[in-house]
Amino acid sequence: MCLALPAKIVAFPENESGIAVVDVLSVERRVNVDLLRNETLAIGDWVLLHVGFAMAKVSETDAREQLELLAMLGEVGEARDQLVS
Amino acid sequence: MKYVDEYRDPKVIREIAAEIARVAGERTFRIMEVCGGHTHAIYRFGLEGLLPKGIDFIHGPGCPVCVLPMGRVDEGLAIAADPRVILTAFGDMMRVPGKHGSALEHKARGADVRMIYSPLDALALAQKNPEREVVFFAIGFETTTPSTALTLLRARELGVTNFTVFCNHILVPPAIRAVLDSGDVTIDGFIGPGHVSTVTGANAYRFIAEEYRKPVVVSGFEPVDILQATLMVVRQLVAGEAKLENEYNRFVPAEPNPAATAAMNAVFAVRETFEWRGLGMLPKSALGLRPEFAAFDAEVKFATRGVIAPDHSEAQCGEVLRGVLKPPQCVLFGTQCTPEHPIGALMVSSEGACAAHFQYALTPALAGT
Repeated sequence: MCLALPAKIVAFPENESGIAVVDVLSVERRVNVDLLRNETLAIGDWVLLHVGFAMAKVSETDAREQLELLAMLGEVGEARDQLVS
Repeated sequence: MKYVDEYRDPKVIREIAAEIARVAGERTFRIMEVCGGHTHAIYRFGLEGLLPKGIDFIHGPGCPVCVLPMGRVDEGLAIAADPRVILTAFGDMMRVPGKHGSALEHKARGADVRMIYSPLDALALAQKNPEREVVFFAIGFETTTPSTALTLLRARELGVTNFTVFCNHILVPPAIRAVLDSGDVTIDGFIGPGHVSTVTGANAYRFIAEEYRKPVVVSGFEPVDILQATLMVVRQLVAGEAKLENEYNRFVPAEPNPAATAAMNAVFAVRETFEWRGLGMLPKSALGLRPEFAAFDAEVKFATRGVIAPDHSEAQCGEVLRGVLKPPQCVLFGTQCTPEHPIGALMVSSEGACAAHFQYALTPALAGT
């Protein structure tokens, strides 16, 4: 559970602060972005997600690197099961 | 994926491994990786097989379910016996054995236990089920703690009264101190946690260099990251240096995340003492809810009593956690204790040294593929 999931911001719900909708491993989820309140976040940005909270804004290259790593560690299936639980 | 090949290019990996061998020469060094994610990656990529004989990875106490003592598992699961309760937990937690079975076994016997991805899911469940009591079995190091803190702040803001947290949040630095102070094994240098450090900042590990005079290098999880960090530790050791270095600065800043720190300080206070599997009672090593959050504290609401439950009499989880034994040296490894039927928590999570060893020890080293 130390490994974060890369997620791409797809929307910001209206009238809700601190929340973003992301695509994470092809699952769409609402996540909390309060920890990144000092960052400028926009649709299309990538973040590292841990238990439903964005921990760091990252480049697309770094996000894809992390995605590959998760696949190599065999953690994608389990992570996706947890996301849709 | 063209972007990422450089982090696992077999040629680069072989070059770094060769450089480690050249710099280390005939010397022997024991290097502890603290984070369970690193343990998983070291086994998955067969990195131990690439290093010269004198370099030994010691797998540290960095897997939160692995260091949770059985008594705490039992204490948390006992709350689920109350029929009003919906007990929620991360997937990693579901198969950890307690004295009376795991969360999954409690569920099979009729308890309402549910796997969640985020503590926010547990809060949402509480809002949807106002007649029930939703308890979140919180585990995790500094990476996970801010999420629980922000969820509790949100619960208070919403005025939710049927949501509580059974708090088992623990701190990485006291565990490192415990390992260094125990004198069981001599650790020459450390590979510092990766993603945990995005929250704590790399400077949280400076004490290892300054107080204990040991090199520490914060590392990413790619094969090249881990080998590069190992090389940086070895170079320091050979030069007689003890510095904090950050190999993973593409993700990890020097300073802690201010929003995370503020949320954690608002909700949690350091406990006087807390039990760790394999390490015993460690002072100031875990967090509990502040008195202002007593209404959200499962230990208060359900009047849990501290449970001390010894591990299986033959299990040697503690020795493996402290690096005294390698996983296959435990008498139960691979016979009575397997990933299918784990006796100790180290066999449950892929971040546990025993499960990782069981799954991957026979995998050929990456450079050979």
